[in-house]
Amino acid sequence: SSRYGTACKVSLWDSDEPIPRTDLLQGVSGAHGILCLLSDRIDAEVINAAGPNLKVISTLSVGFDHLAVGEIKKRGVRVGYTPDVLTDATAELTVALLLATARRIPEGVEEVKNGGWSSWKPLWLCGYGLSGSTVGVIGLGRIGLAIARRLKPFGVKRLLYSGRTSKPQAAEVDGEFASLDRLVSESDFVVVSCSLTPETQGLCDKALFSKMKKTAVFVNTSRGAVVNQEDLHEALSSGRIAAAGLDVTTPEPLPTDHPLLKLKNCVILPHIGSATYSTRGIMAELCANNLLAGLTGSAMPSELAL
Amino acid sequence: MWSSWSPLRRLQRIAVSASRPAAAGNNNYIGGMQRREQSALAHRVYITRKVPPEGLEIVRRCGRVKFELWDSDDPVPRDELLKKVKGVDGLLCMLTEKVDAELLDAAGPNLKVLSTMSVGFDHLCLDELKKRGIRVGYTPDVLTDAVAELTVALLLATSRRLIEAAHEAKTGGWGTWRTLWLCGYELANSTVGILGLGRIGVAIAERLKPFKVKKFLYTDVAPRPQLAEMINAEYVSLEELAKQSDFLAACCALTPETQGICNRKLFSQMKKNAIFINTSRGGIVNQEDLYEALSAGQIAAAGLDVTTPEPLPTDHPLFKLKNCVILPHIASASYTTRNAMSALAANNLLAGLRGEPMPKELEL
Repeated sequence: SSRYGTACKVSLWDSDEPIPRTDLLQGVSGAHGILCLLSDRIDAEVINAAGPNLKVISTLSVGFDHLAVGEIKKRGVRVGYTPDVLTDATAELTVALLLATARRIPEGVEEVKNGGWSSWKPLWLCGYGLSGSTVGVIGLGRIGLAIARRLKPFGVKRLLYSGRTSKPQAAEVDGEFASLDRLVSESDFVVVSCSLTPETQGLCDKALFSKMKKTAVFVNTSRGAVVNQEDLHEALSSGRIAAAGLDVTTPEPLPTDHPLLKLKNCVILPHIGSATYSTRGIMAELCANNLLAGLTGSAMPSELAL
Repeated sequence: MWSSWSPLRRLQRIAVSASRPAAAGNNNYIGGMQRREQSALAHRVYITRKVPPEGLEIVRRCGRVKFELWDSDDPVPRDELLKKVKGVDGLLCMLTEKVDAELLDAAGPNLKVLSTMSVGFDHLCLDELKKRGIRVGYTPDVLTDAVAELTVALLLATSRRLIEAAHEAKTGGWGTWRTLWLCGYELANSTVGILGLGRIGVAIAERLKPFKVKKFLYTDVAPRPQLAEMINAEYVSLEELAKQSDFLAACCALTPETQGICNRKLFSQMKKNAIFINTSRGGIVNQEDLYEALSAGQIAAAGLDVTTPEPLPTDHPLFKLKNCVILPHIASASYTTRNAMSALAANNLLAGLRGEPMPKELEL
């Protein structure tokens, strides 16, 4: 706190588990600043409970779909978030998930453990390689571009991307701007990397899956709500697409009896995109510095433009 | 579902149309030439497995070859193999068949060509083959991409704890988002060490580069400047490799010199946060020492695509460890690659029978 020349009185929900709603509403009363996680919904109710002292909300995430941005802006409260510092870890996890799905790694591990491995066999557990493939990235932002960079040396033949506009930085990865329709129909690997907005909510639905190749692999590490999960289940179990890897779901956690968890060709991870020791440490530091800057009316290292 | 991928269906249709009811019983399929074309000049060939369709097609289409096939996904039993190789001119085998003096004696003096559908050749007694003037074909290069890709996939699955994480998602361990849960080790700013720099080692490094790896190191029996230059890697001793690497990938061939080279000494020199990956051959790792190192926390985690033996018995101690990921030797397991290997092995075989240069001949 010496960097920002202020002392703070800190109230901490000292647990790995999320703060219950009632405790949150009590805890924020009179606060000048709130440091939150993406599992904390900061809406009008919370902001009202905080009261007129509230100057800054600092979230330990790059996503901000849990923040009622309109309400926050109305009250002149500033917001800090953590873009860029988690780009590498998230892009890395996305590629890890794509490869694990395409090369059937969880299935392979399972076969080894349960005695299904008898000997080397020419066509057993064959998967799809990236070499010579077409990859489509839906949303070529910081993370989307970082994913594309990492996939390139695997021999990807074509890199397509979609979004509201074309991006000059796509040139670095020989990215070709395409309509969503063209992207999904021509890609062997479809990677969803867009932010969750009213426009992208439920974007990946029956119509989208029906345009994909039967041999295509679908990967989502953005937000669960971009995908219609019933439609995805249908597409996977009917063989409409080959396989899917998800790091994000609706809800989180996904109930253990959810049909998607029963499919061999669906790999689900519990939202670990940015889960590396170094990245979480850096995120925490940035989040704290955003908060302190907000409290002292200084420039934030990473302020969210509202 | 995976089993309904259309390429698999297409390949299965080709395989079914290629095979006809066996003349003999059990798994043997005899094919090749029509009866009236059979002559003493025909080459006799034995194929030790139901190889992927592309290779089988190539052999079938060859007019001067009469072949017999162990028409199964599983390896041919040893006694059956010794019977069937009698008098053959050519043998197309997998890495599961030990080609030693016993087998070569059983085959007899006609045997001119041995074609293996693998890049590894530790299952071949090269001295015995050379002594008898038998030429050997193998399948380098066509599998480099698939193997490098799987190695990186295994490295990431290990370092980012994908198997643990997927398990938590299935079994109720997943609560809400937590700050330090299931954290792993990042490639960014790391040092990657390659034990044995060949084609595959280079391909692995090329794929790791954009993950912001800070430094590539390698060790080998001697420096490999041309390969090292491609990935800007520095030549170091095995000990230095162990000491400096955050990620150590073993990519060397299995030889008497590399047998058990990854042992207690190596693991004790490695960093506590290091990740060890082996997709070369199980024999280069001392598995008891690895178990010790992993359970004592001498290294962070290990990923293995190859073990001793294969398959690894399901009660093996390594399975008790959360920080050990084991795959059933699937590094080259993509449909495209296995068909390419099959085709290359077939072409090596036929070229050898014709006395011509092979696409990929192993120097004995």
